[in-house]
Amino acid sequence: MTDRFVIAGIELSSRLILGTGGAPSLRVIDQTLTASGAAMCTVAMRRVDTSTDGSILDVIDRHGVRILPNTAGCRTAREAVQTAQLAREALETDWVKLEVVADERTLLPDPIELLDAAQTLVAQGFHVLPYTNDDPVLARRLQQAGCVAVMPLGSPIGTGLGIGNPHNIELIVSEATVPVILDAGIGTASDAALAMELGCDAVLLASAVTRAQDPVAMAESMALAVRAGHLARNAGRIPKRFHAQASSPTEGMAVL
Amino acid sequence: MRIELNGRVHELADGTTVAGLITSVTGSARGSAAVIDGEVVPRSAWSEVALREGQSVELITAVQGG
Repeated sequence: MTDRFVIAGIELSSRLILGTGGAPSLRVIDQTLTASGAAMCTVAMRRVDTSTDGSILDVIDRHGVRILPNTAGCRTAREAVQTAQLAREALETDWVKLEVVADERTLLPDPIELLDAAQTLVAQGFHVLPYTNDDPVLARRLQQAGCVAVMPLGSPIGTGLGIGNPHNIELIVSEATVPVILDAGIGTASDAALAMELGCDAVLLASAVTRAQDPVAMAESMALAVRAGHLARNAGRIPKRFHAQASSPTEGMAVL
Repeated sequence: MRIELNGRVHELADGTTVAGLITSVTGSARGSAAVIDGEVVPRSAWSEVALREGQSVELITAVQGG
């Protein structure tokens, strides 16, 4: 594979981005980072808790993967902007996975607050990767706002329901001028492969690996699925047909 | 003096800076940041900004998250 995966001028060596939420321990994150070959992983920003042992940052540093702080839990543009600012000071990166969700039950992005926050953060020099609905129009508006990628959901966070509206994902891909990263809803390897076959540039997933019965094996399967899906996309699949088309020659049949 | 740190009363020596608070609580300047009375303090100002009695400080860091 010679094509490159580049966000905001930075080349990433893997098209699988790993979320670290939901892992039972730092050790599991350590192992899944190895098994997945991910070049970037996400973290959340929360109050310092001095009672915990070890830091996720130590694990991430050891792997040399890029860190992508998120604004998970934010419900308004104001909260998300401030969380991004905190992440920038804490982690010395201006990349941010922008999440502004509408409610706890669905965790669906609030499009109004999301676009507002994206515009503010871009103006402040951030490289914004927004977690967005599978809405081609909103994706377009986020690109126009200057986001460096768009990250539509396959289905709501943590549901493992896969890609609910593949047509919309294809529409987003077809007119994207920045990388499209399928974010949220992946349940198993075939979902990740489908995302890539639809033309996504990468897949971001957390629960599918961290909450799997065997997170390390699932991390490896996701790496293979993302690679397989991407290869298949570039290889050009055959068109779907209504009727059969023989693959063996129809000429030269023996007369029996 | 007393400040409110992450919702709890916290005792500090007078003149403690943001940098001093962060290293004393977390043991490192890496990976943390502070909001004082609703304003994010730039890393470049940590060693200059001294905390004052009664201020409300949110000290945050990176944790596991999707």
